[in-house]
Amino acid sequence: MMNWIWLGLLAVGIVTAAFTGRMEEITKAAFDAAKTAVELCIGLIGIMALWLGLMKIAEAGGLVQALARLMRPVMRRLFPDVPADHPAMGSMLSNIAANLLGLGNSATALGLKAMQDLQSLNPKKETATNAMVIFMAINTTAITIIPATVIGLRAAAGSAQPTSIIGTTLISCTTAMIVAVTTAKLLGRMRRFREVRDE
Amino acid sequence: MSDSLSQIAKEISSWAIPVIILAIVAIGALRRVKVYESFVDGAKEGFTVAVKIIPYLVAILVAIAVFRASGAMEWMIAALAPALEPLGVPPEVLPMALIRPLSGSGALGVMSEGLKTYGPDSLIGNMLSTMMGSTETTFYVLAVYFGSVAIRRTRHALPAALMGDLAGLTMAIFICNVVFG
Repeated sequence: MMNWIWLGLLAVGIVTAAFTGRMEEITKAAFDAAKTAVELCIGLIGIMALWLGLMKIAEAGGLVQALARLMRPVMRRLFPDVPADHPAMGSMLSNIAANLLGLGNSATALGLKAMQDLQSLNPKKETATNAMVIFMAINTTAITIIPATVIGLRAAAGSAQPTSIIGTTLISCTTAMIVAVTTAKLLGRMRRFREVRDE
Repeated sequence: MSDSLSQIAKEISSWAIPVIILAIVAIGALRRVKVYESFVDGAKEGFTVAVKIIPYLVAILVAIAVFRASGAMEWMIAALAPALEPLGVPPEVLPMALIRPLSGSGALGVMSEGLKTYGPDSLIGNMLSTMMGSTETTFYVLAVYFGSVAIRRTRHALPAALMGDLAGLTMAIFICNVVFG
């Protein structure tokens, strides 16, 4: 799937640019994007290190495990392939909590910690597991209780009611998450997406 | 009322991280964890993880940038607009619907531009704001998360995420028509 989307974006982009006469623009856009990608990753190093360090303390102090125990009934249903007392449960929960609080980059750092923990359960290191796909379905539709960036921009644009969209946003992103997780669960059973399939 | 609510939102974001850090360190210390040593031990992996993501993020961001700069999106919007308008999808919000899963900064740009043009409290303004928060930047999230553990075969992650995006954006348009229309 990723192969086709990637090829499609590039091929459609370049062929369209040939017709619209934007060859120079797409060249510049490609180089700029490559630079941005590296800058984004470099920017992640510090916050990654900070949260990985704090999570080590939280694990040693039993905090992450306590969080995991609290949410055990939900997590076991969502991630049946992950042992209930595995550290991945705790790190996934910390990521979800950080997303709910709207903690952007910190949520990403905790999410990457969760991916490492999930990867330790993965027998085929280059192929995603069912648990990872469910976790990604949750993360690509992340629910935030208060969408602070949007509210800020609305206030800056002179809105009389910058927070009026909290309710509609909550309904939309909850819908998105339910649909994404359900689709992930259903597709995971299909032959085409089986875990042990060789390509 | 709405002023105090956004004030509370701001307060929560500024207090959350310091409070979490204090809780982690204090509880760790109470349980006799060597906090400093544990921290440094965990933190040393930060560099490797972040650097591992680079090839994945370069691949996807370059493809998206080429696609956006080519003008292909404008063509898609022109083709989709007449078909979707009778269903209650204003043509003004289509750029947001297409760009939201592809680029977070692009979507923020479309939103700010739209708030300026149509007013933040108009139907379009409310719809754009809701669509912005209805889902995440799918392609970025997938590249970063899978990249960090060097996973190349993502199986059904992308279709599931895109179904979620579609559902979230559709619900955003629908609910805004009901609430603000």
